[in-house]
Amino acid sequence: MAEEQKLFKVKIDGITVEVAPGTTILNAARQIGGDIVPPAMCYYSKLQGSGGKCRTCLVKVSKGSEADPRPMPKLVASCRTTVMDGMEVANITSPEVLEARKGVVEFLLLNHPLDCPVCDQAGECHLQDLGYEHGAEATRYEFKRRTFDKVDLGDKIQLHMTRCILCYRCVFTADQVAGNREHGVLGRGEHAEISTYLSKNLSSPFIGNVIDVCPVGALTDKTFRFKNRVWFLKPVNAHRDCDNPKCCGKTVLWMRGDEVFRVTARKDKYGEVEDFICDTCRFDKKEAKDWVIEGPRKIERQSVISANHYVGVNKPKDTLVEVLDGRQPKLLMDIHSISQVNRPNIDLSQIEGPAHSDDFNK
Amino acid sequence: MQTLTNRAKPVDRRPMNFLEKMYLPAIGKGMVITFKHIFQKKPTVSYPEEKREFSPVFRGLHILNRDKEGRENCTACGLCAVACPAEAITMEAAERKPGEEHLYREEKYAARYEINMLRCIFCGFCEEACPKDAIYLSETFAPAHYKREGFIYGKQDLLIPLPGEQKNA
Repeated sequence: MAEEQKLFKVKIDGITVEVAPGTTILNAARQIGGDIVPPAMCYYSKLQGSGGKCRTCLVKVSKGSEADPRPMPKLVASCRTTVMDGMEVANITSPEVLEARKGVVEFLLLNHPLDCPVCDQAGECHLQDLGYEHGAEATRYEFKRRTFDKVDLGDKIQLHMTRCILCYRCVFTADQVAGNREHGVLGRGEHAEISTYLSKNLSSPFIGNVIDVCPVGALTDKTFRFKNRVWFLKPVNAHRDCDNPKCCGKTVLWMRGDEVFRVTARKDKYGEVEDFICDTCRFDKKEAKDWVIEGPRKIERQSVISANHYVGVNKPKDTLVEVLDGRQPKLLMDIHSISQVNRPNIDLSQIEGPAHSDDFNK
Repeated sequence: MQTLTNRAKPVDRRPMNFLEKMYLPAIGKGMVITFKHIFQKKPTVSYPEEKREFSPVFRGLHILNRDKEGRENCTACGLCAVACPAEAITMEAAERKPGEEHLYREEKYAARYEINMLRCIFCGFCEEACPKDAIYLSETFAPAHYKREGFIYGKQDLLIPLPGEQKNA
């Protein structure tokens, strides 16, 4: 039996929590939960070595520890700094931290193209949330943003290097989850970019997870590209028996009617996947009959994804048929007879890549 | 009972006197009011010949805008549809192919864009939500139709015509 560990007492924004030694300030804050959790763009609890890159989780340590109560001289990255006994941390109670975070968001957005109306990640993008919650309303940057051509990582993943914030999450995922790292970061500083080693295809059956870990729209699902906006889709929990022993088979289906537009892993409230899923589940099972649907997924009320989703609606009984002695009411117009969208004979979700003009002129 | 406003007048229930029983003064009073209106300014216009000016904030039929080079502004971001309280707007997006750059401004565009004018309440939220200056509410009405089919406006009805292009009505 392991000897009982002494727990460290930490105070974050005036709330005391006891955590095991070696816990980072970010994870201690996550144990408390709520508003005081610093946002994180690069840290990912499921990936070893992640964190320390984006600096959005900066906090102020106003008291180092019980033994050495001096405050830390600079703001520290809470995902990389471990707690000490008696440490006092200020996150949202410190105007200095909020000011610094605003600056960090401005830096992250320096080279970001802000093409949210085109980007498939819009609506579930962490950078959007971060900019909305912590950023300034306008940029002061006047120079040319760096541009790249879009790259295909394999035939299922699209890389938009312009949107990348260089969080390295996908590199860690390829290393630790997919097992064989064929893509990484090339170049340094301003020239750093995510790339594959010279036309090598990404062949691992778990490489699709880089889409889920990407906090922005740099890595997106090509089978879902431009098909629909996430807030028009209904996320449902589903599972299937996957042949791959490493795959949990527990996913979220993004559906519209009976069409499965996209399959993703289930994400928790910090946007981190609960379990990684394999590429067969993600890319190839795009039909409702492939899945056992468990029920609608709970989406935060503030999220745009929950817009226009009516849950808990109590539909009154339609008495019209009863009154009409069993006759169905006469339909004055079948919308499909005139409407060009959502045609019943064409399933956009079944098209391999993004739809093009010839798909619509059929 | 407590009155809601102080404009209420008590009903006069006294029996009518001789003059009132004759009714003639009352008829005369009524005629004066009637003839006074002949000389007053008419609030109505005789519509098809005369048209009333729209208010500058009038919200009428939608148009889809193009940029200076005649390319469509809309990128099918779906913000108008999510902002629409009546759920009148639907769209389907497509990726721009090489060679279509003169038609669409961005790599993604609305291949289908539809507004159900039967549902639309002309609130103008779509115009406010649009990040690309693509949708505007113009100063016209949706014309009347005998059938419901005429109120489903597709992209060919909404998109402003290119200069020199004839819009088929």
